[in-house]
Amino acid sequence: MRLELERRAVHSQAMTVLSPVIAIGLTLVAGVILFVLAGINPVDGIYTYFISPLASAYSAQEVLVKAAPLILIALGLSLCFQANVWNIGAEGQYTIGAIFGGWVALTFGDFDSVLTLLAVLVAGILGGMLWAAIPALLKTVFRANEILTSLMLTYVALLLLDYLVRGPLRDPAGFNFPESALFSSSATLPGLTSDGRLHLGVLFAFVLAIVMAFALPTTLKGFEIRTVGQAPKAARFAGFGAKNMILFVFMVSGAFAGLAGVSEVAGTIGQLLPVISPGYVNTPIFDGVDDDETRERYQEAVATQGLDPAAVAANVVHALAQPAGVNLVEIAMLSTDQH
Amino acid sequence: MAGKTNDGTDRMPLLEARGITKQFGTVIANDTVDLVVEEGEIHALLGENGAGKSTLVKILYGILEPNAGEVLWRGQPVTLRAPADAQALGIGMVFQHFSLFEALTVAENITLAMPKGTTTRDVARQVRSISEEYGLPLDPDRHVYRLSVGERQRIEIVRCLMQNPRLIIMDEPTAVLTPQEADKLFETLTRLAGEGCAILYISHRLEEVKRICSTSTVLRRGKVVASCDPREETAASLASMMVGADVEDVKPPGEHEFGAVRLKVDGLSTVPEDPLGTALRDISFEVRGGEILGIAGVAGNGQEELFQALSGIVPADRPDTVTIDGEAVGRKGINVRRRLGAAFAPEERIGEAAVGRFKLSDNVLLSGHATESVVSSGFINARTARNHAAEIIQRFDVRVGGPDPEAGSLSGGNLQKFVVGREMRRSPGVFVLSQPTWGVDAGAAAIIRQALIDLAAKGNAVVVISQDLDEIFQIADSIAAISHGRLSPVHPASEMNMEKVGLLMGGIHASDSEEASDAA
Repeated sequence: MRLELERRAVHSQAMTVLSPVIAIGLTLVAGVILFVLAGINPVDGIYTYFISPLASAYSAQEVLVKAAPLILIALGLSLCFQANVWNIGAEGQYTIGAIFGGWVALTFGDFDSVLTLLAVLVAGILGGMLWAAIPALLKTVFRANEILTSLMLTYVALLLLDYLVRGPLRDPAGFNFPESALFSSSATLPGLTSDGRLHLGVLFAFVLAIVMAFALPTTLKGFEIRTVGQAPKAARFAGFGAKNMILFVFMVSGAFAGLAGVSEVAGTIGQLLPVISPGYVNTPIFDGVDDDETRERYQEAVATQGLDPAAVAANVVHALAQPAGVNLVEIAMLSTDQH
Repeated sequence: MAGKTNDGTDRMPLLEARGITKQFGTVIANDTVDLVVEEGEIHALLGENGAGKSTLVKILYGILEPNAGEVLWRGQPVTLRAPADAQALGIGMVFQHFSLFEALTVAENITLAMPKGTTTRDVARQVRSISEEYGLPLDPDRHVYRLSVGERQRIEIVRCLMQNPRLIIMDEPTAVLTPQEADKLFETLTRLAGEGCAILYISHRLEEVKRICSTSTVLRRGKVVASCDPREETAASLASMMVGADVEDVKPPGEHEFGAVRLKVDGLSTVPEDPLGTALRDISFEVRGGEILGIAGVAGNGQEELFQALSGIVPADRPDTVTIDGEAVGRKGINVRRRLGAAFAPEERIGEAAVGRFKLSDNVLLSGHATESVVSSGFINARTARNHAAEIIQRFDVRVGGPDPEAGSLSGGNLQKFVVGREMRRSPGVFVLSQPTWGVDAGAAAIIRQALIDLAAKGNAVVVISQDLDEIFQIADSIAAISHGRLSPVHPASEMNMEKVGLLMGGIHASDSEEASDAA
C-alpha cells in the first residue's frame, strides 16, 4: 500500500484543539527520554520543570514575571505571522524599547508625576516601533527580506545598549560599572502586590491578550491581516494594500515588543544593564596544561588581558550591596585590555 | 504467454481497466469503472467536472493507486506504482497544466525528464527530427518564457513522443489553443492514430469530440454511464449523458437597445509588474448599458493585465484611461470603482476571488466590505455576512455541504456560482469577469451565462474576458480579441464567426492587413 496524502473535506475542529496538546505531550515524552538517558528520575525531572514553579506563591509569581514580556512579544508576532510577515527581530525591538524608556526614566525621573511613568512607557513603545519600522520600510521600499534585516538589527540594538550603559547612560556614581543609575520611583512601574515583584507590566500582557483575542476575529483589520497572510492575491482583489499591512503589523509588533522591553527595565530590573558574556579572569586554570608552549601562551594571555580575581570579588560585593527590592540579574566584567 | 488465450494476441485490447474503484475519504471518485482502449483509436473520456475523469487517468498513468480493480496491458495484468511504470509500458501523458521551467530552453526542459546521462544536444537533435516528422514546429533552443501556450503544449507532446508511446493520454488539450492551433493538433492526433498509437482524449468540448473521436466513454459521478460512437450522437445528446438531464438552454437576449456608455477605456497602456507578463498597448473600447462585450484571446495575451487595469488592482498611469459612468478612475483603486457600482470576478477562483480556508460568509466580506453593510465602524457584522452568503447560495443554487462551509470545499462550478452571485447581489452597473465558466460544469455555466444576460438586459454593462469561444458567441453582443497586449476593433457579434475571431485572436486585424502586405 502506498502512502497518499489527501486533503480533508472539512477542516477538523478536533485537530485544531488537539494539535497543541499532542505537541506538549510529545515534548513530555522527549523530556522523559532525555532524563532517563541523563540518569535522572523522570518523575523528579518533570516535577521540577512543570509543577514546582507553580507550587509556591513566590515561584508562581516569578513565572508570571518571566512570562509577561514573552506574552507581549508573542502577541505582536502573532499578528505578523498571521499576515505572513516574518519579524524575527523582536529581541532588538524589545531592547530599543528598553533603551528609549530607560533614557526617559533617567532624564525625567526627577519629575514626581504619573506623567513621568506614562512618558517612559510611551517612549518604550515608540522605540520598539522605530526599530520595527526599519525592516518594514526595507521590505516595502527595497523588497529586502525581513527575516535577515530584522534579525541583524537585533545585534545592532544589543550593541547599542552595550555602548550606552558603558558610555552616555553609565551611572556616574556607579564605580565605572557598565550599568545605568537606578530609576526613580516615579519612573518605575508600581507593583501589583506589596512585597513581590509582580508589577503593572504583567497586567499589560494579560489585558492585551484578551483584547487581541476579541478584536482579531471581529474587526475588519483582523480580517485584512488574515487575508493578506492566507492569499495575497485575494487581498489585492479585496483592495487591502499589502504594503500598508506590512507596515501595520511590524509597527504593532514593534510597539508590543517595546512595551515588553520598557516594562522589564521599569518594572523588573529598575535600571539598564548590558547583557553579554563574561570575560577572562586571571586564575591558575592553565597551569596544569602539559604542553609547555600552549601553557605559556595562555598564561601570558590571562595575565595581560584577564581580570584580577579581587575585582571579581568586589563585583560580588557590589551585587550584594544593592538596595532591598533590587535583583541584579546579570553583570558582565571585562578587563580593559581584552578585545 | 498471450498465446494461451483463446482470442490470440492481436485481438487483445491495448489497455483495459476492470472494476476500477477509488475512494477519497467519503467521496467515491471512481466506482467500478470499466474502460477498453484499442490500438489506433482516439477514445474520448467525457464527463462533467468532478465526474472522475482525472482520477481515472491518474490511475492509468500510475500517479494514484486504485482501491480495487485491475489494469491490463495487451491482456496482461500490470501494476502501475509510478509514472515510470506507465512510461515503460508505452503510456505517455500530456497534462492540462504544463510542468515547464520558464527560464530554461525547450531542450533543457525535456532533458530534465530523460534518464541520467542524456545530453541536451542529443535531445535537441531528437526534438528537431520529431517536430519535422509530425509537423510540430518547435525550436529546441528557445527559452520557454518566450513561447505561446500552444508552443508550450507542443513541448509536452514532443516530450511524450520521444518515448515512443503506444497510448497518449491528453487532458483538455484544446482549452488553451486558438481554433487554428487546435486544427493543427487534430491533424497530429489523427496521424498518430493512423500509425497505431491510441489516444485517450479528455475534453468537454463536444463538437471537437464528435470531429476526431471514434469511441467515447461517459462518466457521471464516478460511474460509467454510457459508451458510444460520438460521431453518431449530437452535442446535445452527449451533454445530457454527461449531466444526466437535459441542460437548460441559455435564453438569448433578443433584440434590445443599448443605453449610454457605462465603461470607457481610452488609450490604456501598461508596463507589466512581472517581467514575464504582457504589456497592454493602447487599448480603447466602450461598453454601453445593456451590452455584453466578449473579449476573446488565447491565455497569456494580456487578459490578466487587462482585468487588473479595469478593476484597479493595478491602477493605470492616467485617470482618463478608465471611465466608469462618467467618472475618470484610471488612478483609483478597486474599492473606489466598486463604490461607483462596478463589480469584478477574476479568473483565479481559489486564492483571488475567494480564500479557500475562509468560510463563505468571510468570503462575502472580500468584496462586500467596501460597499455593503457587512462592516460598520471597523467591526464585522457576522450575521449580515452569513445572511448574504445564504441568500447567494439560495439564489444561485450553490451546492454546499453545510450552511457556511469553507470556500475550498466547494467544487469549481459551485464556487464560481458563489463568486458571480456575490457580485451580482449588488446589480452592478459595470461587471467585468475573467474566464467566468472556465472548468465549470455545463449546468453551472448555463446559470452563470443566463445571469449575465439578465443583468445586461436591465441596462448594465458587462465585459467577459474568455478563452471559450462558444461562451462568447452564446452571450456577447459585441466581440473583440486580445493578442500580444493589443485589442482588435470591436465587432457586432452578428457579423462574426469562429474563423474571423480565430484570425483576430492570432493578431491579424483588418487594420493590420495593409502593414502586413507592406511587409510582404
